[in-house]
Amino acid sequence: MSPEAAAERPRRRADPQAWLRRALALPYGWLLLFLLGPFLIVLKISLADPIVAQPPYTPLFEVAEDGARRLAASLDNYRFVLSDRLYLYTYLNSLKLAAISTLLCLLVGYPMAYGIARAHPARRNLLLMLVVLPFWISFLLRVYAWMGLLGTNGTINELLLWAGVINAPLKLLYTDTAVFLGMVYSYLPFMILPLYANLERLDPDLLEAAADLGSRPRQVFRDVTLPLSFPGVVAGCLLVFIPAMGEFVIPTLLGGPESLMIGRVLFEEFFANRDWPVAGADAVLLLAILLVPIGLFQYFEARREDET
Amino acid sequence: MEERTPLASTPWLDPDARPFVRIEGLSKHFGDFKAVDAIDLDIYRAELFSILGASGSGKTTLLRMLAGLEAPTSGRIEIDGVDVTDAPPYERPLNIMFQSYALFPHMTVEQNVAYGLKKDRTPGPEIQRRVAEILDLVQLSSHARAKPSQISGGQSQRVALARALIKQPKVLLLDEPLAALDKKLREHTQFELVNIQDQLGVTFVVVTHDQEEAMTLSTRIAVMNEGRFTQIGTPNEIYEHPCNRFTADFVGKINLFEATVIGGGDAEVTLRCEALDCTITLPHAAPLAAGAAVSLAVRPEKIFLAKEPPRETDRTVLRGVVLDLGYFGGLSLYRIETGNGTVIEVSAQNRQRDARGPEWDDEVYLSWDASNTILLGE
Ligand SMILES: Nc1ncnc2c1ncn2[C@@H]1O[C@H](COP(=O)(O)OP(=O)(O)OP(=O)(O)O)[C@@H](O)[C@H]1O
Ligand SMILES: [Mg+2]
Repeated sequence: MSPEAAAERPRRRADPQAWLRRALALPYGWLLLFLLGPFLIVLKISLADPIVAQPPYTPLFEVAEDGARRLAASLDNYRFVLSDRLYLYTYLNSLKLAAISTLLCLLVGYPMAYGIARAHPARRNLLLMLVVLPFWISFLLRVYAWMGLLGTNGTINELLLWAGVINAPLKLLYTDTAVFLGMVYSYLPFMILPLYANLERLDPDLLEAAADLGSRPRQVFRDVTLPLSFPGVVAGCLLVFIPAMGEFVIPTLLGGPESLMIGRVLFEEFFANRDWPVAGADAVLLLAILLVPIGLFQYFEARREDET
Repeated sequence: MEERTPLASTPWLDPDARPFVRIEGLSKHFGDFKAVDAIDLDIYRAELFSILGASGSGKTTLLRMLAGLEAPTSGRIEIDGVDVTDAPPYERPLNIMFQSYALFPHMTVEQNVAYGLKKDRTPGPEIQRRVAEILDLVQLSSHARAKPSQISGGQSQRVALARALIKQPKVLLLDEPLAALDKKLREHTQFELVNIQDQLGVTFVVVTHDQEEAMTLSTRIAVMNEGRFTQIGTPNEIYEHPCNRFTADFVGKINLFEATVIGGGDAEVTLRCEALDCTITLPHAAPLAAGAAVSLAVRPEKIFLAKEPPRETDRTVLRGVVLDLGYFGGLSLYRIETGNGTVIEVSAQNRQRDARGPEWDDEVYLSWDASNTILLGE
């Protein structure tokens, strides 16, 4: 073989690895630009002190009189957030709200996903369309619509008064119930879609095999359907839990003044108090909390991959 | 284990024998389509009964109705004297082995096999003992802790078999049990299956579209077409004495020729066959009207192929040239074209290592004994 030919060879052969690397560069680049970048900025702000200026926080590097630059980072904001009872309460409250909302979504979403997956194939797409239909209207508008429905002079109270079921309007709006209603309503599709994707793939032969071996329908569900749909349950719960944890609009618009959520506190610190560093520390801590379930999910997925 | 009566030699010939599985007028319609069309069938204790049919002939549907997974449109199913037509699957004394095996992916081999016993609330120690016993029988003891995804196709098949057998069902239904295996493993497993069936004395109903499988496995075969049985009989009856065109054509290779009845007496019939350009007289019990259209059939291996005309005179003899030949090792398959353009398939065993058989375009003589000619009505 001539030296020229030898030199040319590697270029001619298409390297599938190279394409893979290029294809992977896109999501990684995206994450770098829109996730890691902003995160680093927030992290930087969380280490600064608030000042009345534009921007309202001290720079990361102080320039001393002799022109030397000095790192001026402090963990004071974290200490403050972690030691303040109010913040602790807020975190626990958000955790509770997110957990209960996730559980409610699961209880409502599982039967719906199951029903859609068991429906006639021609019907399934229509039913799925109906599940995602609310997304066609802005999220904010839909929450406002709930305010109209739940208010003291809202549709529901009017209807109940007119029907004579109640004598005085019920307090529906600005309650925890209203918040949960709004949460379940808004996040249900995120529970149904991954669950449906999982249940739809479930091999019907497995269910019939279990029945043939002596299981009643309820036992078939417990022994086969439920354990095999576990990855779908985990995915759905994460998709609801993570945004629910930082949810701001629903508790603010539908909840009472006492329903303090991280998202709401973040907003207050950031816009009302203009204390960006504390808000930054808040955000970083929220992210740290959310890393726990994500890590658990990764762990379960990896273990499942190992098995199959 | 429960005492099993072995298969009486030919219970289906004994008018007093009580069938173990009795199917009466069973139908399944999907809309206007009759997947299973008014089937009657008796299966006897400890039989290994095969249902043979082309794809879409309704075999799986029939099996699913037996298992209770599909509700019949009409008809009755009785097992061991009990009407189970409307019983749910979990109450039927039979188990099914699925075409897809349907092993539970989240359970180990052991847990899969034990599942049926757990549902029966069998005590723990007994479950352990019986699982160990049956895993031993299917030679999978060393894989008891493996997940279904970690074992091979042949092993999965044996797990599925063990899982379906462990409850000692009265009847075991098997839907294409060997379809997923390669040829060598399939042959091996066939014999294993027969052995296990022999040892346990369970009644097997096997669905297959593989004729060889049906032939080697079964005590009797039902040939199915478009939701109906065209013939039920022993492998030998089905092969050598098909009673209609479909069965003859579907099972094994066969040469079919149109013929017309031109005369005959009480015990015989004389036919004119244009394709073979000859007149044949065959023994036949029932009288046939002159002019009736019938078919003549001859299996390729019943035809003798020679380069010289045969000396015997009582045989049907034809002359032709070799159109095509295929060498299969143990035997060769020839396609011979006769003078009037009829093509006949002949198979010949290659008995001598170095013998030279006829080659392309060689002139050859075909002959067969009249007793090997099958006469088929419609
Ligand atoms: N649920 C159903 N709805 C409508 N038609 C069906 C249904 N199940 C089966 N069929 C039809 O009934 C016919 C028989 O199907 P079946 O599965 O019994 O065939 P089979 O003999 O087992 O075929 P194969 O050898 O391919 O497994 C087919 O034409 C099939 O399309
Ligand atoms: Mg089938």
